[in-house]
Amino acid sequence: MNNATPWWSSEVFWKKTAIWVTGSMFVVLIILTLDSIPKITAGSERVPAYSVINKHIDYKFNDERNIQVPLIGGEDPLFGKMLSEEEAEALVSYGKKITQGRNCMGCHTLLGNGSYFAPDLTKAWLDPGWSSEEEREEMMIAFLMDPVENARSFGSGRMMPNLHLSRGEAMAVVAFLKWMSSIDTNGFPYNFTVIDKEG
Amino acid sequence: MKLDHLNGGQQLAVKYYTVAISLFVAQIIFGLLSGMQYLYPELLFGMLDFNVTRTVHINAMVVWLLYGFIGSVYWLLEEESETEIVGLKLGQLAFWVLTSAVAVVVLVFLLVQSGPGDDFTRWFVNEGREYIEAPRWADIGIVICMLVFFYNVAATFSKGKWSGISGVLTLDLVALAGIYLAGMFYTPNISVDQYWWWWVIHLWVEATWEVLVGCLMAWGLMKVLKVDRKIVTTWLYIEVALMFGSGILGLGHHYFWIGTPEYWLTIGGFFSALEPIPLVAMVVHAVYDAGARHMKGNNNPALAWLIAHAFGNFFGAGVWGFMHTLPQINLYTHGTQWSASHGHLAFFGAYATIVIAMIYIAVPYMRGQKGLGSNLPDGGWKWKWSLGLLNMGVVGMTVALLISGYEQSFIERAVGGSTWYGYFSAQTHPWFIQGMEWRMIFGLITSVGIVLLVWDLLTIGKGRVAQEREQTQAVA
Ligand code: HEC
Ligand code: HEM
Ligand code: HEM
Ligand SMILES: [Fe+2]
Repeated sequence: MNNATPWWSSEVFWKKTAIWVTGSMFVVLIILTLDSIPKITAGSERVPAYSVINKHIDYKFNDERNIQVPLIGGEDPLFGKMLSEEEAEALVSYGKKITQGRNCMGCHTLLGNGSYFAPDLTKAWLDPGWSSEEEREEMMIAFLMDPVENARSFGSGRMMPNLHLSRGEAMAVVAFLKWMSSIDTNGFPYNFTVIDKEG
Repeated sequence: MKLDHLNGGQQLAVKYYTVAISLFVAQIIFGLLSGMQYLYPELLFGMLDFNVTRTVHINAMVVWLLYGFIGSVYWLLEEESETEIVGLKLGQLAFWVLTSAVAVVVLVFLLVQSGPGDDFTRWFVNEGREYIEAPRWADIGIVICMLVFFYNVAATFSKGKWSGISGVLTLDLVALAGIYLAGMFYTPNISVDQYWWWWVIHLWVEATWEVLVGCLMAWGLMKVLKVDRKIVTTWLYIEVALMFGSGILGLGHHYFWIGTPEYWLTIGGFFSALEPIPLVAMVVHAVYDAGARHMKGNNNPALAWLIAHAFGNFFGAGVWGFMHTLPQINLYTHGTQWSASHGHLAFFGAYATIVIAMIYIAVPYMRGQKGLGSNLPDGGWKWKWSLGLLNMGVVGMTVALLISGYEQSFIERAVGGSTWYGYFSAQTHPWFIQGMEWRMIFGLITSVGIVLLVWDLLTIGKGRVAQEREQTQAVA
């Protein structure tokens, strides 16, 4: 009876294999998750604390890693105002809630995930489209408050609709975008040109 | 339609199938609108913006596929457990609750659309996270209705009898529902947000849904081709081992660029590259069984759609997924029309096909007949044409999007560095626009296919009862 079906085609063998494989893969995933979550918690090396919006942020090529990585510089408070860690978190969180409530991800990608109808916002804070670092904050707020009036479209005819953001809401969104640009994304987006830089 | 001759589970299934197909139609309408907005950006601008049409497009898809799965499981429940469903009334109540909730969510998406950055918006309007935009109250409602469904499944099998298929199915449903919870909380941290968001999306489509349709496929092959249960069950276990073995850690292919540590580049790349293996196994399985029985089954449309599923799954998920799953390539293709190309072929090929197959398996029973053989009065032209047009349409859209995706990944991602300007230099390139135009043309072909599909499902096999009786007598 033991050689009626070879072991490798027996139902029981594969049932056990399925259970063991699934179980062990899941355990490995949990272990990796336990390792990863602290490394992406705000305040870690890869994902800076929310108060990073008080600092200057750049995206520079790193010879060792052979990719561009965010570079956190000296003091450069957003809208000229230094915030405590709690205030910064509250502002960034408000900004993120606005991006969810207005469904920005229904047109844009954030960290490359979302929709493909509009530019990726991962490094929007650093985009050369904002002219210069001096003009950036005001330009971003003006654009977010009235994207139709300030449309660029680059000949595509595609515009961002007016989502009726108040000035306060636009400021929170900018804080969120500034914070997001400081995340170490392993070099994505590749070859990004940073504002105020001559190629 | 009178359905008294069906068993309780099957009567429930017909309800779910009806809503599924209606939402499929809605999905296509809103897909056409989103696609048109690429070519005519002023279309419905400021009224029904792209984010709204797209959200309805993909949410209708997720919901109709889930309805299709629930319907399929209810359809086979009493037969597989050899007993009556335990909670028919409760199941019916859950159906109406769920369907009303879906209707409210869609209406709010269309009419309210967005809200301020507060908790009320996320609880009652829009959560703003792709695929799971449904507000939190609806999440909770969905979970409760899924629990009712799960109770019906688990308790009915416990009362009747268990089998390999039902065992895998039930455990898989636990995982499927549990994973949904990973998407139900708020965090200001976008990296942590996307970390768990991918648990829901990836561990659904590349693990638990894949195993669920594996169960449906196993049952479908037994049903349509009378394949031996032992063989089908063994294959199912092999597929579970391979799918979970690769798909669980394959999750890492979404952890390349969201802030997560570098080791995910290796783990995600390696394990996701193995994911096509179970999909090849499924093609081998289906084609071998069909071939061994000389393609002769008792239900030709269902058999054709089961085979479309095997190939669609392999190409859409396996081949199109593999093409951009290595980090060296994904760095440039991430978040471009490549993803859309893969998303369309994979969701259609792997999931829409099998739900359609399961519905075709049900149709003759609903009409009190034995099967849908090759003796249909009109030669079965409607199901054949809808099969052809739907598959051709989606494959055409996929190829068109791939061409746009290639162009985008070179011009925007590699050369343009993904800036605002770089993005539009790719979007305005003639090759990109041509891809968008061809996507619309094939989208229209897809739409004709779905019109025929609906027409066919409503009419196929009607008035065939007498003829069929004669034939069975002749055979006897
Ligand atoms: C209906 C689609 C749509 C929605 C919703 C939308 N956007 Fe946009 N967005 C666009 C388009 C299109 C552009 C390009 C506009 C242009 O060039 O004039 C754009 C441009 C931008 C830019 C400048 C591009 C860059 O690379 O820096 C920012 C910043 C931006 N949007 C932020 C947001 C935020 C924040 C939200 C949510 C509150 C949002 N968008 C919602 C379509 C949309
Ligand atoms: C008439 C046919 C269709 C058209 C014109 C269409 C159009 C679109 C458009 C314009 C988008 C948005 C992509 C973007 O963000 O740029 C989209 C997304 C999507 N569609 Fe369709 N669609 C159609 C049919 C389908 C079908 C049949 C399916 C699957 C069953 C499907 C599944 C999806 C998915 C999964 C996404 C999200 C893709 C991603 O985020 O990568 N669509 N579709
Ligand atoms: C039936 C199974 C599958 C379905 C339905 C599916 C669907 C999708 C969808 C819709 C997306 C876009 C997600 C978004 O909106 O951001 C996506 C992304 C992706 N899929 Fe799949 N997929 C399947 C299987 C696979 C497999 C087997 C692989 C690998 C071999 C794979 C590799 C990928 C990768 C790498 C991405 C990320 C794309 C990016 O970086 O933008 N998929 N998948
Ligand atoms: Fe995935």
